[in-house]
Amino acid sequence: MGIHHSISDDPTVPAAFREMVPPLSRAAAAEESNRCLYCYDAPCIKACPTSINIPSFIKRIATGNTEGAAYAIMDANPVGASCARVCPTELLCEGACVLHDTSTPITIGRLQRYATDYAASEGLQLFAPGASTGLSAGVIGSGPAGLSAARELARYGFNVEIYEAKPVAGGLDSTGIVSFRLPQHVPAWEVEQVEALGVKVHTGTRIGSTISVQQLLDRHDTVVLAAGMGYVPPLGMEGEELDGVHDAIRLVEATKSGRMPTSLAGARVAVIGAGNTAIDAATCSMRLGASGVKIVYRRTAAEMTAYPFEFEFAKQEGIEFAWLTQPMRIVGDEAGKVAGLECIRLEPDGRIGADGRRLTAPVPDSTFLMEVDAVVFATGQQRLIPLAEQLGIQHENGIPEVNPLTGLTSNPRIYAAGDILQGTGAGEATVVSAAEQGKRAAAAIALAFLGESYPDFKREPSSAKAAGSVQARLR
Amino acid sequence: MADLSISLAGIRSPNPFWLASAPPTNTGYQVQRAFEAGWGGAVWKTLGEPIINTSSRFAAVHYGGRRVAGFNNIELISDRPLEVNLKEIRETKKRFPNHALVASLMVEPTRQKWHEIVKRVEDAGVDGLELNFGCPHGMAERGMGAASGQQPDLVEKQTMWAKEAARTPVIVKLTPNITDITVTARHAVLGGADAVSLINTINSLAGVDLESWNTIPHVGGKGAHGGYCGPAVKPIALNMLAECARDPRVNVPMSGIGGISTWEDAVEFMLMGATGVQVCTAAMHHGFRIVEEMVDGLNRYLDRKGLASVTELTGKSVSRYSDWGELDLNYRVVARIHQDTCINCNKCHIACEDTSHQCIDMLTGSSGRPYLQVREDDCVGCNLCSIVCPVDGAIEMVELPAAAPMLTWNERQRVLAKLGADSIEAEAVEG
Repeated sequence: MGIHHSISDDPTVPAAFREMVPPLSRAAAAEESNRCLYCYDAPCIKACPTSINIPSFIKRIATGNTEGAAYAIMDANPVGASCARVCPTELLCEGACVLHDTSTPITIGRLQRYATDYAASEGLQLFAPGASTGLSAGVIGSGPAGLSAARELARYGFNVEIYEAKPVAGGLDSTGIVSFRLPQHVPAWEVEQVEALGVKVHTGTRIGSTISVQQLLDRHDTVVLAAGMGYVPPLGMEGEELDGVHDAIRLVEATKSGRMPTSLAGARVAVIGAGNTAIDAATCSMRLGASGVKIVYRRTAAEMTAYPFEFEFAKQEGIEFAWLTQPMRIVGDEAGKVAGLECIRLEPDGRIGADGRRLTAPVPDSTFLMEVDAVVFATGQQRLIPLAEQLGIQHENGIPEVNPLTGLTSNPRIYAAGDILQGTGAGEATVVSAAEQGKRAAAAIALAFLGESYPDFKREPSSAKAAGSVQARLR
Repeated sequence: MADLSISLAGIRSPNPFWLASAPPTNTGYQVQRAFEAGWGGAVWKTLGEPIINTSSRFAAVHYGGRRVAGFNNIELISDRPLEVNLKEIRETKKRFPNHALVASLMVEPTRQKWHEIVKRVEDAGVDGLELNFGCPHGMAERGMGAASGQQPDLVEKQTMWAKEAARTPVIVKLTPNITDITVTARHAVLGGADAVSLINTINSLAGVDLESWNTIPHVGGKGAHGGYCGPAVKPIALNMLAECARDPRVNVPMSGIGGISTWEDAVEFMLMGATGVQVCTAAMHHGFRIVEEMVDGLNRYLDRKGLASVTELTGKSVSRYSDWGELDLNYRVVARIHQDTCINCNKCHIACEDTSHQCIDMLTGSSGRPYLQVREDDCVGCNLCSIVCPVDGAIEMVELPAAAPMLTWNERQRVLAKLGADSIEAEAVEG
């Protein structure tokens, strides 16, 4: 299981799409783990949305207890193996490491990967289901939030079923994060860990079409809505329908499904948007053989929402940036293929927007044609408004209205977690935040359905503290 | 550049770094390589009746990812014929006339055996002799090494026998596997020793394998205690050396041994009374070239201190080593945390809170920044916080003005005894 079948072993995956960061060797992990100071009340724990007891798991690696390290990680974060690779650690745990001030921070992410890789390669089953409570939970979506909620509910003794619309479980970890950062085998192992607790994962099962909402509510005592978001919404730009126009989410999904798109080979590609998905789409295009990739953004580097390390990575990959450039329309040739992207130049006009970012205005007579063969839209994700409607919960533009601590929606049987809540201030749009929201929703459900004496499974000290504090706040 | 040469009871060497009698000095080839690398002297691996060694001999204690914090061995004395060793000693001395070449000896405790071996070895041209009364394993089971080194009368008698025959200086190597090493040191002196060297290795079992449950090391599934050395034993060796140094009855030069890995260690041993030092584990860990770093570091240190000769270091700290009863009970230090260098790992807090005197508070400043502060009134000056602090200088132990004049425990007891005597006297008068 797991790492034995890693994507790098799969000859059908091109070298450019295999995981870039090498694993730590045993010796390197020993060296690095021994460097950790084992801080008390450690800032790295506080910086982790899931409150992984980082000094503890690192000490376990240092003392030859790698299984214990994996347990500590996965106990606090059911998608800890994925997070080891995709967390913005510079902004979270590693950013908080006290060694910033004296030498260099501990490479917590890579140590976390070392421990979870070990658990996967050894085929360890880290957790057991709780004694059955006779209650049933349905989880919509098998991404980080859904998987996390399902894992916790199973440990609380719920009978759990996950409904996943896509053919493969794992959510964005499986379909939306480029495989050279997060190979398929990692979320696959995390799904296996949850399935091993008796959780049934129904892939290819869309709530509202394969199964009706009513059927779902009839089948389960409680429901966790963790459906995430959809594909890139249409902008209504002229030429959007042309051959050679792509959706960034679908593009990345294709590279992860093993069906490598060939149409970008040799192409000049424009990527519209400047978030992390735009970087993913741009680097994917490059690795698919594009002759050049340009990120087109109407503001400047200072305003882009991609993480600084993602920006750096893109530059190293040879991605170009067209700042202060507004795409106006996509120009096609006679065959209906993309021939160019018509843009105008912008400049800051001295005004500051409500969000504190500089506003821009068009430069007169600056319209120009960017000669490209393909255009990739990375301009956000669609909201799942129909699903919220069918569930009959209060929502705003598809975003359920919830108690931000518990994820409880307007229906006392339905809780929500993960990216579907994005925009409500419930947390960052990160895998780790989604995992924490799933965990909290599960804790809230256990408290609501089982009462204060609900059977708490054995917890590691740090996460016990975290869970305890959630319970305290809920009461 | 300072003069690094020393003379230990008349045995001269170009620098104070000698290889101890051990595996590195087993052959002429090795000792000559060592001298070429820069070692000032070597004590040849112990000569005696040939023995048979086991396969699987060494083990080490690794700590916190660092190799060889301590080293353990069950190897015995030289397993090569005496004639071969003597021939190579002769060749080595001829090639390196200015280096110190000392033969370590161990024979059965009879006058005749000692006379015979001393004569044969001196004929080969050694500069001195070191009597091995310390080897803790194997040989001790046969009444030699530590077995004789633990009996002060045997130490004295055998030293005397060796001295009767010796024309070169005799060093007696002491075992640490004894309650008070000054007792055997004194008896070595009574027997006529020209110098003592200390310490030999400490009885040890390096470990137990968690999977097989065998001892580490094991010989076909069986283990036996070995001798422990390397960095971990340094504080034990340093204390034993210092105890001998401040004992006026151990009034002979001393060669310091025990975990010396760097020039800094060597300086400490010399400050505590050693004329020169002997090294083994560091060479076994890194090869003979490690002496280059020792010589260079020592040289620069002596220059920095403005000392013309390394011999000026010997014994400089001995007078500062005393009995607990002579320490000033009114001396006071407290911990002070420097906020500009503190990295907020909170290790001082939890160490103090859980295991010392609960006087380091975790506080939050007006800006919301966390900081640590010592309640100096409650601080006993134990040093624990500054020991666990990972940042040099972030916690300083600050000396406070004494609230009362110096008073030692011994002085206090004397005063109390006098007061007691006076009051008894007064009672007697009143009665």
